[in-house]
Amino acid sequence: MEYFFELLFSGLTRGSIYALIALGYTMVYGIIGLINFAHGEMYMIGAFTALIVSSVLTIYGLPLPAILVLTALAAAVWAGAYGFTVERLAYRPLRNAPRLAPLISAIGMSIFLQNYVLLAQTPDFVPFPALIPEFAFLEPYGGIVGSSDLVILAVSALVMAALTLLIKYTRIGKAMRATAQDQKMALLVGINVDRIISLTFVVGSALAAIGGLLIASHIGQINFAIGFLAGIKAFTAAVLGGIGSIPGAVLGSFVLGLTEAFATGYVSSDYEDVFAFSLLVLILIFRPAGLLGKAAVEKV
Amino acid sequence: MTPAPEKTAMPTGKDIRQALIAGLWFMFLTFPLLVIKVHPIEQTVTWRWANMLWVGGLNAAVVLACRLVAARRAAGEERRRQEPDRAVAAPSQAFFLTPSRLVPLLAAVGLFFLVFPLLFSTYQVNIMTTALMYVVLGLGLNIVVGFAGLLDLGYVAFYAVGAYTYGLLHLHFGLGFWTALPIGGLLGALFGVLLGFPVLRLRGDYLAIVTLGFGEIIRLVLENWGDFSQGPSGIANIARPGLFGIEMSLETSLVYQYYLTIAMALLTIFVVNRLRNSRIGRAWFALREDDIACQAMGINKTAIKLTAFALGATWAAMAGVLFAAKTTFINPASFTFLESAIILCIVVLGGMGSIVGVVAAALILMLLPEYLRAVAEYRMLVFGAVLVLMMIVRPQGLIPRVRRTYTGSH
Repeated sequence: MEYFFELLFSGLTRGSIYALIALGYTMVYGIIGLINFAHGEMYMIGAFTALIVSSVLTIYGLPLPAILVLTALAAAVWAGAYGFTVERLAYRPLRNAPRLAPLISAIGMSIFLQNYVLLAQTPDFVPFPALIPEFAFLEPYGGIVGSSDLVILAVSALVMAALTLLIKYTRIGKAMRATAQDQKMALLVGINVDRIISLTFVVGSALAAIGGLLIASHIGQINFAIGFLAGIKAFTAAVLGGIGSIPGAVLGSFVLGLTEAFATGYVSSDYEDVFAFSLLVLILIFRPAGLLGKAAVEKV
Repeated sequence: MTPAPEKTAMPTGKDIRQALIAGLWFMFLTFPLLVIKVHPIEQTVTWRWANMLWVGGLNAAVVLACRLVAARRAAGEERRRQEPDRAVAAPSQAFFLTPSRLVPLLAAVGLFFLVFPLLFSTYQVNIMTTALMYVVLGLGLNIVVGFAGLLDLGYVAFYAVGAYTYGLLHLHFGLGFWTALPIGGLLGALFGVLLGFPVLRLRGDYLAIVTLGFGEIIRLVLENWGDFSQGPSGIANIARPGLFGIEMSLETSLVYQYYLTIAMALLTIFVVNRLRNSRIGRAWFALREDDIACQAMGINKTAIKLTAFALGATWAAMAGVLFAAKTTFINPASFTFLESAIILCIVVLGGMGSIVGVVAAALILMLLPEYLRAVAEYRMLVFGAVLVLMMIVRPQGLIPRVRRTYTGSH
């Protein structure tokens, strides 16, 4: 039973990280119908920025709470800036191009960013400091749930709640929903569509960066290539839930996280990634609209 | 006709302001990753301020140059509109397409490749063999991506199928290269159809992701199913291709392989060219341009999609057999997503659907990093940038395909 709960918590932790990344995929897809292949790189850049900023601040001897807040802020700000720039350079010029063009451009951007970090920082794995302290009250449950699990769950719940509020109750959120529904109509009612699209990229990238920061301090090491696998898995989660749907992305992420945790725990850990890929292939074939998505009807 | 005197474009204040903003923005953007370098164990920080200046200066310069070029082009367009009878520059490709120019050109290229091993060292020959293998791979992927418009990101899976076919057949049954080549090709086609069936209904971008997943699954299975594939340690001591049982020294054998690869590349070019102008080829173009219209014309979409996957996969698998024979050692690490991305880059750079373009792009992308050692480090960075830039600046590729057109009688 203890093993079951351990797997359960590990699944939930994974799920909430996937959710943070999947939200970015789903928001971008909802608005411009593009699979942002470089989104996993935002997560990686967030983790690297967090590593650099937290190390520098630690060396200069700031107190722990200040380091935590500043690191999270820096990761979100810079990843957001990268998201903004990538959209501006690689996607905006291609908005009216054939479907394959932005996708190829996105793949190129992903490769470019990976190698940029490789060259600017290091090709090796680097240790990531454990930013989250051990909580004393968790000691009796040490084997089942760690303090970083708890922090990850709490932070992602908080971030997701904030995002929901942003989208449901603010002017910007309303503009985002309008743009997602119909870009031309949104333009006609006076929404600055370009700015809303940029903003979506910034928000999505910042969420991914928070995810990167949390998971890096949980696992304890990062390198330039972590974005690829995390990106694919989060994309799987987004598709599983129904791409374009925000609650769907969260649901899909938890389903994927739990599936992975239990499958590796009870079946075999060698094929951890194969489970995710197989799940992706199966959903796309049998239920491409996902759990919560609506099947799109193509009109000629 | 003498061209009108060009006014040299002068940067306006707005251009300079934009360039400065771009420079400053990129200095901010790249600040943590490019400037700060932390050494976690020694607990020290290196500040690389020089990088920041480079990034700022380069970006400002690039933005300024782009704006000037754009302004100049707009001015040119304006002039052309005012004087519509001015001759338009002839497209460069047509220049080479007349037989009197094409034949000597082809002869010169053919001669160069023929005498290549006599002029250069074994090392160079080896590099050229690799580049030629990428010609085959690029042309194979060109069938799927360029002709049929199906973005396949897991192309390397078929390459792996071919390589492992030969590796395993040789390991368990002692089969030679010439037996493995057709078997590998057939297995590749089979896998192509196997992948093709489930993804038939998927739209472009979903198709890309599923093929990517498929490619990764194949690699992960090869890595983890040790009893079948010997896992990450791979298969070693695969025989080089034989020639009627003649004993060959290593050097001769490498030269022999070079000619073999050339023959393979020529065969690929021939077949792909014939395919392009065939009934299937035209059906692929129709599918790529508009799949609904294609269906309405009575083309069996299922059949031609599967043919595209199968034929593309066949070339990848045969190139895989060649690869296994050339390196005599294979392991799953040779078949990562990056490999698929490199092949895609070849197709995109050359021009989707263009045969000459893909051949040229494969040679450029494979040979340049070998000879410009300084660039080799930045190889993948450049590949990524090439994919983005080509899509924005020249989506038709370096040497765009020339569609056969039928002009009415005069």
